[in-house]
Amino acid sequence: MALETTGGYWSPVIWLAAFIVAFLISYIIWGMGEKKHAKGEQEKPFLSGMEEPPKEEVHIRAENMYWGFTDTLRGYYDFMKKIHTGIINDYVLWFLGMATIFFIVVILPEVFK
Amino acid sequence: MIYNVPFLAVVVLIAIGAYALLFKRNLIKIAIGLTILESGVNLFLITLGYREGDVAPIYTNLPSGRGMVLPVPQALTLTSIVIGVAVLALILSLIIRIYRKYGTLDSHEMRRLKE
Amino acid sequence: MNDWIVTNAPILIIATPLFAAFLTPLVDRVSKRGRDAMVFVATLITLVIAFILAKNVFDNGLVVYTLGGKSVGLTLPSGYHVPVRIILEVDGMSVFMAMISTLTSFVGLLYSFSYIKGEGSGKYYTLFLMMLVGMLGMEMTGDLFNLFVFLEILSVSSAALIAFYARKGKPLEASIKYIIISSLAALFVLFAIGLLYGEYNLLNMGALAGEISSEATFTFTTQIAFILLFASFVLKAGAAPMHMWLPDAYGEAPGAISMVLVAATQASLYALLRVCFTVYSMAIDASTIGIILISLGLVSIFIGATMALIQINMKRLIGYAAVAEIGYILLAIGVGFFELAKVGGGGVISEYGLKALQGGVFHIFNDVLDIGLLFLVAGAVIYVTKESNLNKLGGLAHSMKYSSIFFIIGMAAVSGLPPLNGFASKILIYESVYKVSPITSIIAILASIFMLAIFVKIFHSVFMGPKLSEFATCKEAPKLMLGSMAVIAVIMIFFGLFPDFVVNNIVNPAVNALMNQAGYIGSVLGGV
Repeated sequence: MALETTGGYWSPVIWLAAFIVAFLISYIIWGMGEKKHAKGEQEKPFLSGMEEPPKEEVHIRAENMYWGFTDTLRGYYDFMKKIHTGIINDYVLWFLGMATIFFIVVILPEVFK
Repeated sequence: MIYNVPFLAVVVLIAIGAYALLFKRNLIKIAIGLTILESGVNLFLITLGYREGDVAPIYTNLPSGRGMVLPVPQALTLTSIVIGVAVLALILSLIIRIYRKYGTLDSHEMRRLKE
Repeated sequence: MNDWIVTNAPILIIATPLFAAFLTPLVDRVSKRGRDAMVFVATLITLVIAFILAKNVFDNGLVVYTLGGKSVGLTLPSGYHVPVRIILEVDGMSVFMAMISTLTSFVGLLYSFSYIKGEGSGKYYTLFLMMLVGMLGMEMTGDLFNLFVFLEILSVSSAALIAFYARKGKPLEASIKYIIISSLAALFVLFAIGLLYGEYNLLNMGALAGEISSEATFTFTTQIAFILLFASFVLKAGAAPMHMWLPDAYGEAPGAISMVLVAATQASLYALLRVCFTVYSMAIDASTIGIILISLGLVSIFIGATMALIQINMKRLIGYAAVAEIGYILLAIGVGFFELAKVGGGGVISEYGLKALQGGVFHIFNDVLDIGLLFLVAGAVIYVTKESNLNKLGGLAHSMKYSSIFFIIGMAAVSGLPPLNGFASKILIYESVYKVSPITSIIAILASIFMLAIFVKIFHSVFMGPKLSEFATCKEAPKLMLGSMAVIAVIMIFFGLFPDFVVNNIVNPAVNALMNQAGYIGSVLGGV
């Protein structure tokens, strides 16, 4: 029932059984919590007294989502965007260049042995 | 030495085709470069099969005592020429539609899909 | 009747979609429903024949089918005799890839029935069936020039299908970039075939392998032919840094064609494996080639995962994720080839080398399923909202409930979360690659986290959030699209829950067939 890997084995059925048992235990613990809480004003988030803006205006768009990550690696991403030009001549240049590199790495050591 | 001239022609044709593909900006010139490269490869295939002093590989009415050049590369070349025609037709029709949409045939301007 | 199908299965599997592809424009003029039914029946018959052929190969080993004769070295009564005729040679790896191709074409066809409407749909189905013919021809053939012809069939029909929605500008640009670079690669393959023919006077892959493996006849031109074949097939498989056509082509193709294109690039990867493992095996400097494959894999994983983070077009982002997945496969195959080089031609490969090959080959299937499901969901979103810019979408989970569930399943599978199929193949890859160098395993695991981040980005910006006013009239995707997504999701969950069944019965014959070069040669030359 288990997939043999190099370091051991992986058995998804046993994993699923363990997951269901852990889920049931945590569900029972969650059910034993407080059932009553005040609704209405107490449920709203606290934004230092400001009104909560409507959800459409604070929905983060896709471009801004990983701003911290992309801004830190600004140098790397500028370099990558400069390489990916979109010009067909550059695609051919990459292909011929890599073929030449393969030739130099694989065949020339054999020739000069 | 005379029998090596077709191979030199193959090298020159492939070099011209690769030059046109790499450095020319006009899309029609890129298509022409691709065709020249394909002609070079077809010439290479036919030149492979040549044997000195032999005649064309037609079996009936073969002159006695003569051999034939290899017929298999000629079959490969015919197939390759047909495939080249089909690909060229597709590329040219795409270039016509692109010119109507983009208004330019410059490959450096045709970059709406970048990064 | 049953016997006839089993013995002729290799040629029937190519002939059925070819015959249907040429009939489709005629039937299309008569009635549209008839054309739909005929195409559906043809693809279903191809799927059934693929499974019959798979059963035959798993039971009886390699199957050789000679075109136009009874045996490989047949001598006609008139005295006509060639050393090796044109053959279709089907072993475990071919039948593995054939199952992938027919399955994705069948699901793509079900999806296309509700996606493609209007005039021009007859041409769509013709080209779709021709793509299937090209893929199956590349996978069944035992002859190098046949491989070239089917490669060109596949390239031309894929390029025409990418440019299907020619009213907008971008699919045309993607299509011309695809066909120029693909045609250049195919010309280099033809040049290499010419070099090999001029050297050995043979085009058959088994007979060529027999000639190349003997020391006396291995020359410098054979090595040059190998480099040309290797570079061209690596370009067609989409490895970085030659990957730039891949996001363009996958991002602009309509609906289900993106999924079938993934299967088509895997067919080119199959051709690369055939050239490296069967035709050339140990005659070249195999440890250098293994290290080159490992480096290409690592670069692909890194570039694919990081470039996908900044895209704003939904399908283009999934295309960059597909580049990263190809990197995983190349990494695992490179480790396997490197290990095979250590023991030489006849020895027994080390334990982790075998596991690396199993992980790589299993990941081919998982890659097509996972990325295919994500492309299908993206196609459904584009069909419903007519918008593919991630900045403008939002809040679609309120109306498209089932699509978001399928997207979660696909997202979990691509990033390798247990218990789905992505984890099963990725853990094989992680643990075997670690033995070669720990750095590679660390980069692979970090890239998996990147993949999760990428798809959480799509999920948050497309499905979560408040309901936007411009998409107020959008409903759920059509039922046929949901049905095709469900077929793939069920297969993914089955592969995830029973990976040992899949690895022992489907992947192991493929890996053994790849390493068994002597058996491949023997069934061609021994039958003379």
